[in-house]
Amino acid sequence: MNYIIPQSELKIVGTRPVRPDGVDKVTGRATFGADMTLAGMIWGKMLRSPHAHARIISIDTSKALALPGVRAVVTAADFPDIASEEAFVGEGPMNFRDLSRNCLARDKVLYEGHAVAAVAAASQSVAEAALELIDVTYEVLPHVIDVEAAMAAGAPILHEDMFTVGIEPKPTKPSNVAKRVAFAKGDAEAGFREADVIVEGRYTTQPVHQAYIEPHACLAQVAADGQAHIYSSTQGQFMVRAYCAKVLGWEIADIRSYPMEIGGGFGGKTLVYLEPVALALARKAGRPVKMVMTREEVFRASGPTSGAVIEVKLGARRDGTIVAAREVLKYQAGAFAGSPIGPGCMCGFAMYDLPNVDVVGYDVVSNRPKVAAYRAPGAPITSFAVESAMDDLARKLKIDPIALREMNGARDGSKTHYGVTHRDIGFLATLEAARSHPHYSAPLKPGQGRGVACGFWFNIGGESSGAVHVNEDGSISVVSGNPDIGGSRASMAMMAAEVLGVPIEHVRPIVGDTASIGFSHLTGGSRVTFATGMAVTQAAERVVDQLKQRAAQIWEIPPEAVEWKDGKAYPAGLNAGAFEPLTLAQIALKAGRTGGPISSEVTLNAQGAGPGFGCHICDVEVDRETGHVKILRYTAVQDVGKAIHPSYVEGQIQGGAAQGIGWALNEEYIYDKDGKMENAGFLDYRVPVASDLPLIEAVMVEVPNPRHPFGVRGVGEVPIVPPMAAVANAIRAATGLRMPDLPISPPKLRAALDAAAGAKAA
Amino acid sequence: MPHVVFSGSDAGRFTGGRTELEVTATTFRRLVRELDERFPGLGERVEVGMAVAIDGVIYQDAYAAPLAEGSEIVLIPKIGGG
Amino acid sequence: MSKHHVTTKINGEETEFLCETQETLLDVLRNTLNLTGSKEGCASGDCGACSVIADGTLVCSCLMLGVEAEGKSITTVEGIAEGETLHPVQRQFLEHAALQCGFCTPGFIVATKALLDANPDPTEEEARYWLAGNLCRCTGYDKIIRAVMDAAAEMRGEARAA
Repeated sequence: MNYIIPQSELKIVGTRPVRPDGVDKVTGRATFGADMTLAGMIWGKMLRSPHAHARIISIDTSKALALPGVRAVVTAADFPDIASEEAFVGEGPMNFRDLSRNCLARDKVLYEGHAVAAVAAASQSVAEAALELIDVTYEVLPHVIDVEAAMAAGAPILHEDMFTVGIEPKPTKPSNVAKRVAFAKGDAEAGFREADVIVEGRYTTQPVHQAYIEPHACLAQVAADGQAHIYSSTQGQFMVRAYCAKVLGWEIADIRSYPMEIGGGFGGKTLVYLEPVALALARKAGRPVKMVMTREEVFRASGPTSGAVIEVKLGARRDGTIVAAREVLKYQAGAFAGSPIGPGCMCGFAMYDLPNVDVVGYDVVSNRPKVAAYRAPGAPITSFAVESAMDDLARKLKIDPIALREMNGARDGSKTHYGVTHRDIGFLATLEAARSHPHYSAPLKPGQGRGVACGFWFNIGGESSGAVHVNEDGSISVVSGNPDIGGSRASMAMMAAEVLGVPIEHVRPIVGDTASIGFSHLTGGSRVTFATGMAVTQAAERVVDQLKQRAAQIWEIPPEAVEWKDGKAYPAGLNAGAFEPLTLAQIALKAGRTGGPISSEVTLNAQGAGPGFGCHICDVEVDRETGHVKILRYTAVQDVGKAIHPSYVEGQIQGGAAQGIGWALNEEYIYDKDGKMENAGFLDYRVPVASDLPLIEAVMVEVPNPRHPFGVRGVGEVPIVPPMAAVANAIRAATGLRMPDLPISPPKLRAALDAAAGAKAA
Repeated sequence: MPHVVFSGSDAGRFTGGRTELEVTATTFRRLVRELDERFPGLGERVEVGMAVAIDGVIYQDAYAAPLAEGSEIVLIPKIGGG
Repeated sequence: MSKHHVTTKINGEETEFLCETQETLLDVLRNTLNLTGSKEGCASGDCGACSVIADGTLVCSCLMLGVEAEGKSITTVEGIAEGETLHPVQRQFLEHAALQCGFCTPGFIVATKALLDANPDPTEEEARYWLAGNLCRCTGYDKIIRAVMDAAAEMRGEARAA
């Protein structure tokens, strides 16, 4: 592919301008979901189940409705009862009936915190008082939390109509296993017989939350004719519009969805919780309704990612060639089916070229909040297991861990175990950069250990729209429809500015609402710089074509005789005529006379997203008295395609690594015997803080993706995939202990250290 | 005739366990229709829940994705993200 | 329920408001005074997104009642810049790209100002421990710490020149 501009001639792409929304963000002016107000606004609050599993016998809202100040009450009875309808709606399989029942429970509550009813009232305190007056009669049922317990015979069944898909013959009894998936290549059994060395492990991970600092928030307003406005902090305003329309039974065109600034999503805001309820309340009350989750509600009622049990077996020849690999994964879906078991089965071995592979996965429901996507959904869990096993294998074979991966690493033309051949990938380049980085050979002190682990993510393309408008003074507006969660609007402006040849200060990007720009698939899947960038780039190219045509009209020469360079139109060669170059401003001034506004909107469904690979190096020091693990040094290497704005690419790498470190060391849901979450707050749900981490070096390897005009490859998700195993492998190196159960929190590590010391003494 | 491979086990229940097929379809759209004709329900399952990788390039929701004789054509579960 | 009348100073301006007994200062700032720069991330004093400076002390405004603002001088993120001129901390955050979603940023800006008011020459470790009460989920803190250290250096440099 010919990149649109030779890499050596890029003037703006690859630099680090200050982001256009930056001043608003550092002064507190930026408007997030909960910052939005409208005249006459009232407050909505949600009543949530205190039980992990129960049948709803009755709901009596009469006393709540009678409380002065209460304007509306809704329950599932106010939503149409949707038949089971599966659609792949962006970030994973989504059944709209399940989504509707997750927003407001119907018939049964399936987790502590499950929404049962909602109230809109004149003030927050009246709304809270009204919740107390709603009488719900429950028939409490036995509950099940743990994934293997949910799979066991005799486990309490969540859905009487769930029969495991993917098992032959078809089961006749309902179970909590929604589906079984399997991938196979070659003959794993035969491969294991050939192996000189075998390594096996059983690993467990706990559900962890995306833990965005901003709780879910929205403001809904519905006019008497049914036309609605919804302002929310979301990863996809078009998704909000579509999901609300589906759940409420309204027409999509009647809903205008505004993307407020969003305080973190990481996949957790790729669906709706409050919005359909707020809209229903707003319609009933005839007033705008604001709903904001408390931090407790975020933990109790919005999707974490799966907890899991993973078993891995690797077989290799003495020279390090892996001849067989097997993996069994059991992923928790939470209350409704839909864990990321598919990607989980595909990602663990995706970076290796293996002849014989056998992977089986199970999607299992249990009485926990429905899982939502979390940055490379499914991949961190499987890679924790596989990369820990790879580390054990390297140690058994006495081969350097990076060398082992290089030996078996996927390259252009390697066929994965799920049948797809890798093309134009950067895994080996990433490994080489890691191996030759000074961190890898830096000396360690006693009690310190170094671990290495790798990761992979597909990255997606999808539908995007981008518009470029030339304003009357020659300045440029770029409009796209993707909420900016990591600096993408700056990248949109940079790509447009590069194509137009103008300084970045003259190009202002905005994120439009659903009525202001064409459809865009949501922000997620590491797709925006790739797919929306592609749309914006194409729109900018079409604007350049128009500018050349207008110049041609002004000069009265054929359009082919006009060149565009550095933001100006030039006659192409002496034969075209001795005209002074025309600036954007000069052409814009004549836009009306030369045909009308100069503008282009491109819509596309971007294909050819390139996968990304990462290799992380982690040094730890373990305090044997407390079990505390200190991260001494962390280097994250990743192939990033082409970094449009390197600071934001580095930011994605550093942020993903930090989340993975938290997942490895501290984060987990802790449940009591009644299935209620005990640590639903940031004090006891421990995410990394500034004093937990060192500076994180992000090393960007640029292996361009030939299917994007600037070579862009998605970058946001890969960096969360390697850290858990990198940390676990470092702990193994420092202590001699393999810790297969996450999180490796101080009490757990201390207990393991004690047990090992006791075993030694005995 | 283009040769199509079903990765994973999603298709098995429609095809009686077969994971590889010869087809006449030359685009993804025609493939969906052909699969529905030969194995009722499979075409829709593929259209809604699967992506197609053609010579290593993954196409998702693309009717026009071209299937040629000699290409490596693999149907995999759809990919999302977070 | 009758409300309390509170007189206080916010970002240098004399301010009066009415609030219910249980309303926190954060509630008042956001819902009554329309100063939505301070954010609610947890309402339990664990995330620092609501950080303000009250009579020179860094506090979580979600842990302070509205009535406790009586007679005090409160600085919020809206009061850090001087008119159109950004504070060095704000400028360094922008230069270093020390924000991604920007939700924790107001809290960090205020907490950093409080740090540098108390200790103009912190080590990296001192900065990290001071800021341990401000959670960020997007950045991994790397660029934030670099911005803080550079802001400190810049502010010391200016003081020396003056």
